[in-house]
Amino acid sequence: MSLTLEDVTRIALLSRIDLSAAEREATRDQLNGILGFIEQLQAVDTTGIEPMAHAVDVVQRLRPDVVTETDRRADFQAVAPETEAGLYLVPRVVE
Amino acid sequence: MNWEVVIGLETHAQLQTKSKIFSGSSIAFGAEPNVQASAVDIALPGVLPVLNHEAVVCAIKFGLAVGAQIAPRSIFARKNYFYPDLPKGYQISQFEIPVVSGGGLAITVGSGDAATEKFVHLTRAHLEEDAGKSLHEDFHGRTGIDLNRAGTPLLEIVTEPDMRSSAEAVAYAKALHALVQWIGICDGNMQEGSFRCDANVSVRRPGGPLGTRREIKNLNSFRFMQQAIDFEVQWQINEITEGRAIRQATVLFDPDSGETRSMRSKEDAHDYRYFPDPDLLPLEITPDWIAQVKSELPELPQAMQARFQAAYGLSAYDAATLTASRDMAKYFEAATQACKQPKLVANWVINEVRRFMYEGARDEQEEPLPSEVRDGIPGRDVIRIPAEKLAELITRITDATISNAGAKKAFIELWTGPEQKVDEVIERMGLKQITDTGAIEALVDDVLAANQKSVEEYRAGKEKAFNALVGQAMKATKGKANPQQVTDLLKKKLGA
Repeated sequence: MSLTLEDVTRIALLSRIDLSAAEREATRDQLNGILGFIEQLQAVDTTGIEPMAHAVDVVQRLRPDVVTETDRRADFQAVAPETEAGLYLVPRVVE
Repeated sequence: MNWEVVIGLETHAQLQTKSKIFSGSSIAFGAEPNVQASAVDIALPGVLPVLNHEAVVCAIKFGLAVGAQIAPRSIFARKNYFYPDLPKGYQISQFEIPVVSGGGLAITVGSGDAATEKFVHLTRAHLEEDAGKSLHEDFHGRTGIDLNRAGTPLLEIVTEPDMRSSAEAVAYAKALHALVQWIGICDGNMQEGSFRCDANVSVRRPGGPLGTRREIKNLNSFRFMQQAIDFEVQWQINEITEGRAIRQATVLFDPDSGETRSMRSKEDAHDYRYFPDPDLLPLEITPDWIAQVKSELPELPQAMQARFQAAYGLSAYDAATLTASRDMAKYFEAATQACKQPKLVANWVINEVRRFMYEGARDEQEEPLPSEVRDGIPGRDVIRIPAEKLAELITRITDATISNAGAKKAFIELWTGPEQKVDEVIERMGLKQITDTGAIEALVDDVLAANQKSVEEYRAGKEKAFNALVGQAMKATKGKANPQQVTDLLKKKLGA
């Protein structure tokens, strides 16, 4: 499988990455290179092998349900571009 | 021409944990903006999520309560989309292998003789995190972001498209709402957003292929759910009838206009690009763990209903009403244990206790709660008479100390007044019935002597005259005599 320029434009839009025409072509070639590696991997016969969701075969450690965090809003908001009344301000979003 | 309505529901139930699903921040409602948003919740670089044990216990409880499969191994996935109240740029959810699959809920649609039973199948239930909140007003053209809610644990419960009317959808939503509270995994508070439903609605010709669905988002009351689905169904039928195809879309319900309107259409439909979250390992749930959670699960409403019918001889309707919430069921059982009068207790709880709880008639002046508040928080209002006191009051009816009418007066006083003893209330309000036959007989004799005209009219065949005599006799006893006893005595004396 190989990607077209249209595929790349769509992926860029979904990722909110602005690409110039030249960057789109370069990105397409790089992504197709990666897909080439994946094709090599897919050529391996994995019949009868259970798929894994993680590279390491261990299970999730769980955390006891205890509140351990304290209010650090002042620290976090000191480095935020814009805040007001304890809120982070962002460009207006309208659905 | 007939149309068949097809509805599936997705419900987000906020889990009753103390901390968030992947961080140690509090999830208490009503805090100042962003004071419960830790480095993990606001997605600072380098942080890692760690799964909350209790959130998994909630999912297991739910799976057991609906007879579902609990996955021995389930996977967390990233659901990618851009929105400012989702600082990571993805929501951690479950996709291919959810923690709970299958199972279902038996529901009752309608009431009385028109009631029908139905089983709604569940597709799945999965664990995920909530997003933050966007505030679009008052920030001089900017949007304010509060991330306190980001990372709050949710169980998303998805049904098969099994429902065929808004009434069925509401019956299912109410049954689910009662169940999650019953098993203690969600507080069910719809005003605070702890229980929110999305409805997938389509219409088709009976037996035909499924129509294109539109999803109504964020229904936070049962009344709105009914209105929104009814409007949406009619809108879809009109569109198709007028030759326009339905396009898949997400819509919002506007309670003011009673209409649904499109939020986003298929053109910019999301492509979430799910993939397993490399920050989280597979969640393993062992049979031992499931067995342990099962042993701690309370008796479920349906089992309790069956037991109430068998053990106490209650009707299916009464048993279902009394098991609408665990608190009410416990109350019924405690009062019944104390006075051994299950049917009387059932009547008092269903008619009086429930009315006082839900209508907020704590005193005469108080306005009843508006229905949208009431139906969002059943059982929230407290029962103001302890079960033992209701039992005492009922005992005073069965031992003929007070009449039913007298008991109702005492009930209101006990509910609205300060804490006091049942017998003292009966004494102080003068509610004791006269049970001394001799005293009543003397009164009846006086009444007969004073109302010779009525006596003659009755003897001449006028039934009405008898009622007048009963009225006079009750008046003479100031309503404290047992009406049946008075009637019997009058009949005996007049018949003689």
